[in-house]
Order: sequence, then structure tokens, then C-alpha cells
Amino acid sequence: MRVNFTVNGRRQEADDVWEGESLLYVLRERLGLPGSKNACEQGECGSCTVRLDGVPVCSCLVAAGQVEGREVVTVEGLADYAKQRAAQGGCAPGACGGPSPDGARAEDGTSVRDAQDWSARGTDSQTGEGTELSPIQQAFIDAGAVQCGFCTPGLLVAADEMLERNPTPTDADIREALSGNLCRCTGYEKIMDAVRLAAARQGEVV
Amino acid sequence: MDFLRPASWEEVLAAKAEHPTAVPIAGGTDVMVEINFDHRRPEYLLDLNRVGELGEWEVGEESVRLGASVPYTAVMENLRGELPGLALASHTVASPQIRNRGGVGGNLGTASPAGDAHPALLAAGAEVEVESVRGSRLIPIDDFYTGVKRNALAADELIRAVHVRKADGPQQYSKVGTRNAMVIAVCAFGLALHPDTRTVRTGIGSAAPTPVRARTAEEFLNAALDEGGFWDNGRIITPSVAKQFAELCAAACNPIDDVRGTASYRRHAVGVMARRTLTWTWESYRGTDGRAHRKGSVA
Repeated sequence: MRVNFTVNGRRQEADDVWEGESLLYVLRERLGLPGSKNACEQGECGSCTVRLDGVPVCSCLVAAGQVEGREVVTVEGLADYAKQRAAQGGCAPGACGGPSPDGARAEDGTSVRDAQDWSARGTDSQTGEGTELSPIQQAFIDAGAVQCGFCTPGLLVAADEMLERNPTPTDADIREALSGNLCRCTGYEKIMDAVRLAAARQGEVV
Repeated sequence: MDFLRPASWEEVLAAKAEHPTAVPIAGGTDVMVEINFDHRRPEYLLDLNRVGELGEWEVGEESVRLGASVPYTAVMENLRGELPGLALASHTVASPQIRNRGGVGGNLGTASPAGDAHPALLAAGAEVEVESVRGSRLIPIDDFYTGVKRNALAADELIRAVHVRKADGPQQYSKVGTRNAMVIAVCAFGLALHPDTRTVRTGIGSAAPTPVRARTAEEFLNAALDEGGFWDNGRIITPSVAKQFAELCAAACNPIDDVRGTASYRRHAVGVMARRTLTWTWESYRGTDGRAHRKGSVA
């Protein structure tokens, strides 16, 4: 079957989708967006976390056919999403009160080509300097919260969404918001540091 | 496999009547796991996401009508006052990502004894609204669970909503697991005080082939509270009463040994949770929020 939906602000069409296929498979294998990671395939690990109409979900548990006509944001579109949100005073399209009007932002967002080519390269690959990153991505780099990197995309999407809802989270808030994302390098302390850092920087801007 | 995408509830029922083997999918948190792991290859997937009313709820006089796919997140955030037990239970479900997708309708449809919502529904009192092209009926929650992962639905019926009685007193929920998130209950316990009828209701999860109430324990406690005038005088529960209540709750279990825990551990833990949830709810009843419920008390 064919599935039409919006990914990172652009309309996309996936063809020859098997009816039992997950959104994760469509993103990775049909649209060439491997940022969302495929690990447990049962919603345990959170490494495939994306936003579906603004809401964080495990894309491995969403049937492809269920996203017809809906909006998805993946880690590849996170920097752009955060930029648009900042420009709109804290509200990203589709996040605060319903999806944006159909087609209204058809040419905004991240093209699938750009998203496929995305990488955290910059003038300095260690610090990410000079790269277009979202504040949460920069904070993960600065705090050393990335080890093997497999859990990172899911954590970024989940943490970014929490900071959108709750700009001044307590440690308990952060732990709860990230409780569905597993890191097996046992790096949670640095991840906590990164989210605290992003929250503090967000506070300074305002 | 065919993917059916009805746009209205009427179309959903028609599709289910035409294809009784169709597997309904809403949050997908159970169904997609089975498909991803090749444990299940349904002939038809029946998507319920386009039926907006399933994600809505109405607060009525006596009860809340909760659409079958209202996500747990919404129950936690919006219905803590009306359905405190179910809100607490919802908060123990998996993780934010799962709570954003999963709902009570899926818990009931799967009817796993470990479903987190069941003990809260049993304790609060609820009716499941099911429908087919043949018509609609309300199934009392006490008659809903018929076996391990079996429920009272006919092949052409689907769950439309759950009518949960609004709390008339304090409710509590407790769950045993290895961490706070992403845990299938080793066992779980729900308790609701009903000052209006001067009764107590319970629900036990993961400690019998189906979710069950501890009826003997409820009867014992109802009689003990009545005899001691506890509902009026608001005294603390006598330790011997709490102890016997806990023992009777443990006796209501019919658990198995499995990877998550042994039968004897489950029995023991249910007793502990029964005593604790009784203490928590009763202290709440005696305290500020209980005064309004107690007749003849002087504030």
C-alpha cells in the first residue's frame, strides 16, 4: 500500500509498504532516514522515538498505515524543528494545539534529501561547533552524554519534547520523561547533565 | 494482510462484521510487538486511529465514559480527581512513549492478567461498552475477564468505551516490579473506599489466571468496618483487622511461578500491598478529604 504523511515538515510518499510494517521500518528502509534506531522492536528501549503529531511515540509500535495524513518529526529534523519553535515563541508546528494546516508549511521543514545527508559534522567534529544543531543536541555533545550513540536519537527526541513542555524540569521530571529510553553504556549521569544544561541554557535565552 | 482504515465507528463495526478475524489496532503497543516478532500474522488489521470519538471522554453524574483508546497519559493528566485509582495505575504503565499510545480499551481487549488497568477498574467498579452490528451492550467488569487473555467479547464485537464509576472516596493502586518504569507487573493491587455505600472494593492483578477481586476479604472488611462504627468515628483501622484483610487478599490469589516471580512471593506481596493500600486510603478518609464523606462528623 501507499502511505502519504509529513516527515520533518515535508510531505512524503512511501510506496509498496507492507500492511504489517512499522513506521520505523518506513522511515529507515523506505525513506532513508536511519536516525531513528531499530533495537528492541517492542517499545522497551525508546531508541526509535519520534514525534507523531507532536507526541513522542515508539515508531516501532506504530503501524505504517496509521500515519496516513499525519506529521512525524525524526531526529534528523530536530534541529530545524527546534529552530522553528524558537522562532514561533516556543511552539513548534503541530506541537502546541493540533497539527498545522495541511500544506501550509509544505516548503518549510527539512527535505528528505537534506535529512538523509544530515550528520553532526562541523568545523570541529568533537564539539559540534559550526554545525546546525538543536540546543539539546549541542548540550549532549558538551556534557559528554554520547557514548556508543545508539540510544542518543531517541533520548534527544524525548528530552527535547520534555523541555518544550516543561522548561524547568526537576531531576525527577527528567528521569520520568526519559524512563522509556535505555542506555546500555550506563551513561545516565551524563545524560542527566546534558538535559540540565539544555534547560539552563534555555532559561538564559528567555 | 489487509489494512482496513474505517473513518467512523459505524464503518468499524461493519468491517468487523465482514471480517471477524480482523485484529483491531489502536495504540499498537501489543499488536505491533506480535507482528514485529512474527508471532502473529493477522489477515486484517483494523485501524481505529481515525475514529476520533474513541480518544474522547465524558465526565457524567455517576461515571466517566472513557473512550477505548484514550491514552493513559490523558487519564493521568485529566482524570486524577474522578478516577484516582485508574490515574495511579495509568502512571505505572511502561513509559511516556507507551502511555502516549496505549489505552484502557487495549488492556481490556488483550485481557492479560498483568494489564495495569484491571485492578483499578475492578476496585472502582466499571462496565465495558461493547458493540457489534447486532447492537450494543454493557458488560459488568466482574463478568468481563473469562480466562487467561480471554474476555467476554463475541467475535464480531469491539470495545467502544469503559464506564468507570467516579470515586466517592479515596483510592489507591500498588504494583510490584523491578523498577518504576517499563515493568510488567509481578503483581498489582487496587483498592477503593466507597463511603457512599460503606463498602470497600479490591482488584488483584498478575496473581491469578484473570484479574480478580478479593471478595472474601472485602466482605470481611465491610463487616468489620460496620461493626466497629469506623465509617462514622473515623478511627484508625485495628491492626488485627488490617492483618486479616491482608491474609484474605493473599488467599484470593491463585498465582503461578514464572520468570517474574514465584507464586508464594506473589501471594506474600499481594498481602503486603493490601495492608498498605488499606492504610493509605483509610488515613486519607480519616484526614481532610475524608471529613466530607463522614456523616455526623464535626470538623
